[in-house]
Amino acid sequence: MTENLTIAERLRRSGVSRRHFLTFCGKLMVVAPAGLAITKFITPEAVAATIGGARRPSVIWLHMQDCTGCTETLLRTSEPDLATLLFDVISLDYHETVMAASGHDAELALRDAMEQNKGKYVLVVEGSIPTKENGAYLKIAGRNGIDMLKEVAANSAGVISMGSCASWGGLPSSNINPTGATGVDSIIKDKPVVNLPGCPPNPYVLLATVLEYASTGKLPQLDKLGRPKFAYDKTIHEHCPRRAHFDAGQFAAQFGDSGHRDGWCLYKLGCKGPVTHAPCSTRHFNEVVDCWPIGIGAPCVGCTEKDIAFTKPIFATADIVHPFPPDFYPPVFAEHKGVSAAATGVAGLVGGALIGAGFIASRKMSDGTSDEPKE
Amino acid sequence: MHTQAQPVGGPLFTRGYMVLLAIAGIGIALMIWRFAVGLGAATGLSDGYPLGIWIAFDVVTGTALACGGYAVALLVYIFNKGNYHPLIRPAILTSALGYTIAGASVAVDLGRPWNMWKIPTYFWSWNLNSSLLEVALCIMAYVCVLWIELSPAFMEKWSVDGPPLLKRWSQRLLPILNKALIWIIALGMLLPTMHQSSLGSLMMLAGPKLHPLWFTGWLPLLFLMCCLAMGYSIVVFESVFSSTAYGRKPEMPMLINLQKIAAWGGLVFIVVRMADLAYSGNLRYATQLDLYGTMFWIENVMWILPLAMMLASPRPNLGSLFRGAIVVALAGGLYRFDTYLVAFQPGPGWHYFPSVPEMFITFGFIAIELAIYIAVVKRFPILAGRTPAH
Amino acid sequence: MSTDRRAFFKNIATAAATLTVLPTVAQAREKKTAPSDAVGMLYDTTKCVGCKACVVACKEENKLPADIDGYGQGLYDAPDSMNQYTKNIIQLYKDGDDQSYVKKQCMHCIDPACVGACMLGALEKGKFGVVSYDVSKCVGCRYCETVCPFNVPKFQWAKVAPKIVKCEFCKDRLAAGKEPACTAVCPRKAVIYGTYTELLEEAHRRLRENPGKYVNKVYGEHELGGTQMLYLSHIEFEKLGFRFKQDESVPHLQQAVSHGIYKGFVGPIALYGLLGAVMFRNRGNSDKES
Repeated sequence: MTENLTIAERLRRSGVSRRHFLTFCGKLMVVAPAGLAITKFITPEAVAATIGGARRPSVIWLHMQDCTGCTETLLRTSEPDLATLLFDVISLDYHETVMAASGHDAELALRDAMEQNKGKYVLVVEGSIPTKENGAYLKIAGRNGIDMLKEVAANSAGVISMGSCASWGGLPSSNINPTGATGVDSIIKDKPVVNLPGCPPNPYVLLATVLEYASTGKLPQLDKLGRPKFAYDKTIHEHCPRRAHFDAGQFAAQFGDSGHRDGWCLYKLGCKGPVTHAPCSTRHFNEVVDCWPIGIGAPCVGCTEKDIAFTKPIFATADIVHPFPPDFYPPVFAEHKGVSAAATGVAGLVGGALIGAGFIASRKMSDGTSDEPKE
Repeated sequence: MHTQAQPVGGPLFTRGYMVLLAIAGIGIALMIWRFAVGLGAATGLSDGYPLGIWIAFDVVTGTALACGGYAVALLVYIFNKGNYHPLIRPAILTSALGYTIAGASVAVDLGRPWNMWKIPTYFWSWNLNSSLLEVALCIMAYVCVLWIELSPAFMEKWSVDGPPLLKRWSQRLLPILNKALIWIIALGMLLPTMHQSSLGSLMMLAGPKLHPLWFTGWLPLLFLMCCLAMGYSIVVFESVFSSTAYGRKPEMPMLINLQKIAAWGGLVFIVVRMADLAYSGNLRYATQLDLYGTMFWIENVMWILPLAMMLASPRPNLGSLFRGAIVVALAGGLYRFDTYLVAFQPGPGWHYFPSVPEMFITFGFIAIELAIYIAVVKRFPILAGRTPAH
Repeated sequence: MSTDRRAFFKNIATAAATLTVLPTVAQAREKKTAPSDAVGMLYDTTKCVGCKACVVACKEENKLPADIDGYGQGLYDAPDSMNQYTKNIIQLYKDGDDQSYVKKQCMHCIDPACVGACMLGALEKGKFGVVSYDVSKCVGCRYCETVCPFNVPKFQWAKVAPKIVKCEFCKDRLAAGKEPACTAVCPRKAVIYGTYTELLEEAHRRLRENPGKYVNKVYGEHELGGTQMLYLSHIEFEKLGFRFKQDESVPHLQQAVSHGIYKGFVGPIALYGLLGAVMFRNRGNSDKES
């Protein structure tokens, strides 16, 4: 597995067609329309040239307190298919769910991967890390989650928190949080941590992030919650296909009513789209059009947002804090049309002329020189 | 007793008169245009400042300047100063013209002037709380009253040399009119008392939107006093002007007395205003020299100035009389203008300045008024003859 | 001459007394209360999410055209305040993190200035306490705009036959037993419809049960004589554009003074009689003087 081949060479050798690869590159361009170095080009060919020239990144995938949902979403990508993804685009060297090895063999595979790509591999973490009782709620091969994470992260190039659990604790951390579940970035402080919250997040966001690192050696730009800006800079609401119905005040009042069937806005049913930062509304899942909650008529539950997912009731309406898009609300005291310079000029001239005329007339009267009639 | 009034005579279409007609023509053309494009395009008005110079100047200030007839009538008929009689006819002519022009201004200003006829006729829907209704009805009635008061001047001429029909009717109506005139003149004093004070009540309803230096329950009284002072001063202004322009001997002692009333009236106005503001505590706003405080003090100085001018030169000549009269008219005009526009605060973000067409319509109205005045005094017995009664 | 002088001063005194005493005897006008069938709306800034559903519903219900005059940003139908195309609007107050939406429409005052101003009663407070507009009695004088403390009535400046545009509380919907379009469509019940007393109770219940959440006041309960639109807010009402907090209604003073002067029209008739009588008495004298 250590042959020093580029991604393009690997794909060619595995019999993956050029067309297939270009389709994949096109998908990446949809996922990251702006903000990434690898997709800044205008054609899939150019993207393919950039990615294809890179070496496959070694990826180690650790499971913590999770439901394997994030892995499931990765498994359900069809472009590229799973085998291509795992072996040709990235080098998934350790993944507890999909690897064939088990027991000591599996442990050995992890050691090997860490040794061979020391300082270069990307660590993907799925699931939250239990911290109560010294992490006793999660043990693999006799070690708890915290130790395992610290050890693997220590030699990695960077850590990607896949899903809401790894990003900020997710479902296990919801009230009352019995295991003390927490996200990766509250434990790993000395490595760059990229959060890809979502339950699950879009797998292409993960691929784009990993390939950006493989191609350029840099991680994408992050927002203040550690989320890549290319995917999380907008709320779902901003590009929601049902947005027009929100603006028009057309809301589904209950599931199955005529508004719901006509595709009206789901805000009244509890949709958290207006306060949820996620790329879902433009990057649907599994290459199926409209395959995402709002697309199938279910309100967004805000799964990427720590303050909302698993905290706010699913069917309660959200408090919309900030208006969007920025400010087309009129202010309380709007500025109205002003004063025309021409008008002030005319008024000044006439006023001045009248005062002057009045003064001259009164002078003449005082002098008694105004005997001849005038008008 | 009216026989001493004579037509001025002389050519009508002089060069200055043609200029007046040109300005009037521009104004009339713009009025037609205003009805074609609507108020929004023609004026600087907005929902914040729905009333502009057509109301604040043409109507509110204009009718006060047209109070000469009212003011002199009070003097002659109520205070029994018969020797002021020669001043009545020109004063009534200015009043009639001023009020008619104010009415025409309103018609241009109204959004739906074709509904105007409903104001006097839909008596079952009259809102008796509305000061504006009172002003509208009173002004409509007063315009009629003024022209009736003035009609002897026309009939006297027509009964002598008018066309046959007019001659016959004039001869028949004149005696009846002279008998009934006393009750019409009484109405001609009641109506201005009512509507000039109601012009003050009108802005009382703007309530908190009116700056506290102007907002008071005494607005009706202040407006009434204001219009009287302006009425006397405008008679002085007009007499001095027409006597100069037409080379007639001015009735100096009378004019000086009228100017005295106007000047002392200004002082009374200021005393009442200050007392009220001091009593209500709103005088403290006068200490802030913002737009409002500044305008307030300018008004006050202008109200006092005529008296100061008068006391400074006890024997005024024609020029100083003229200047004094102008200052009173300006003081009163400014007070009214401020009450309707400057002190009116619709809230942040609203601005008003009349548009150029808006101003030219007002200039047009003034030109029309002057043109008719000149034509009437040249052809009809309005101004007193060269040798007044004394 | 001296008798004339005395008469002169006597007359001055009489006239002055007539003019000045009347306003002072004006009795305090009785404070108006909401009509028994009054309905209203209660708007709660903490619930509004600024979705503008009410703005759209209002436009649809009242068949108002789009505002293409714009907001200076080239936005279609984005009015900057209530105007000739807009009877209902959502505004935004924003100062750092301190922010709030606010819905503006006619307040349906209990003692409305516009109704007091209108010459022929084109604006009238009718059934349910709704302030409604009848164009057939309107001359377009815009006095209602001048006096409204909330700057509500708007004028169709662009029209050659302009009307006044203002919220009429969806009076046709009320007559049909339905609630107004804006409250019906609100997805969060930020603005609710009900009878005036019911809503006042509800507002006070919210204040009571959520101490500290709101400014401790129901705007419109007392302000400007009371309004049938009630407001709860988490920030100061002045910031939301409610400039006045006086309890006295706008027409209060003007009507007290005017009623004092014109009560039963006795004042003017008496003055007319007085003027006529004085003139009649003076009739012979003026000739003598001149």
